[in-house]
Amino acid sequence: MPLDTSFIGRTYPAAEVYEVGRAKIREFAEAIGDDNPIYRDPAAAREAGHPDVIAPPTFPIVITAKIGEQVVFDPELGLDYTKVVHGAQRFVVTRPIRAGDRLTGVLTVDNIQSAAGNDLISTRVDLSTEDGESVVTAYATLVARGTSDQGDQ
Amino acid sequence: MTGADSAGRGAALSYAGVVEGTELPEIRSRIRRADLIRYCGASGDFNVIHWNERAARSVGLPDVIAHGMLTMARALHIVTDWVGDPGAVTEYAVRFSRPVVVPDDEEGAALLLTARMAKKLPDQQVRIDIIARTGSDDAGWDKVLSMARVIVSLPS
Repeated sequence: MPLDTSFIGRTYPAAEVYEVGRAKIREFAEAIGDDNPIYRDPAAAREAGHPDVIAPPTFPIVITAKIGEQVVFDPELGLDYTKVVHGAQRFVVTRPIRAGDRLTGVLTVDNIQSAAGNDLISTRVDLSTEDGESVVTAYATLVARGTSDQGDQ
Repeated sequence: MTGADSAGRGAALSYAGVVEGTELPEIRSRIRRADLIRYCGASGDFNVIHWNERAARSVGLPDVIAHGMLTMARALHIVTDWVGDPGAVTEYAVRFSRPVVVPDDEEGAALLLTARMAKKLPDQQVRIDIIARTGSDDAGWDKVLSMARVIVSLPS
């Protein structure tokens, strides 16, 4: 069944504040196998011009995937999550996320379409600090394989 | 971005000094089941296809697969190891074209990363294109990401 295209353009209000901790950044850096000292050592981060340790460029997914669930799991959308794969991901960085940041995100549904029997939904999450400073925008495309009965479009 | 760190990252890199077409040093690494479990915990993505082969097979996958986001993160090492400061990355985009299948053994899956300085952009930025493959020298290598592009800001 095709997805409900009336979701295109919907925005979801800022989610609760996510406070970025040094220990979480380190844990994430270890999980991606990256020993760069700028993720771990505040002195190394300062030497590179950052006020504190920064997070890896893909770290925002920890925050934005959760925010995206507001639409992905909305039963009205009609997405069969058991058939969903991650199609594409893009991060546009205004400045790196760093320890101590208190971030909120606004979710927007950019597009919904069917192609080759698959349903695609593209979303973006604009992450900013509590004070309104833009930090990162995360764009995601999810693909539900074989769920569209409209065929090629 | 003040030159190389102790691991040699970011040595003498400048916008003026980089040349389009330059290949970055290749990286070979492995993704094992334990890496997937660790990434589940760190990212909060506990989708069963990343740790339960029964569940993976039930949806038509050959075995447990790595998180696309873990592959995306690992692929970026080739750029951040070269540039030194990961804060220089201003944009990073990929399409997930093929899953990295991770068998339940000591070897896991191999990841082969190559990258090329594709284009000098205005404002001291450059675009680097990454090619990420899984496989082996014997059996051949398959691309797992497409359009994997990074924009970094370099010192003058």
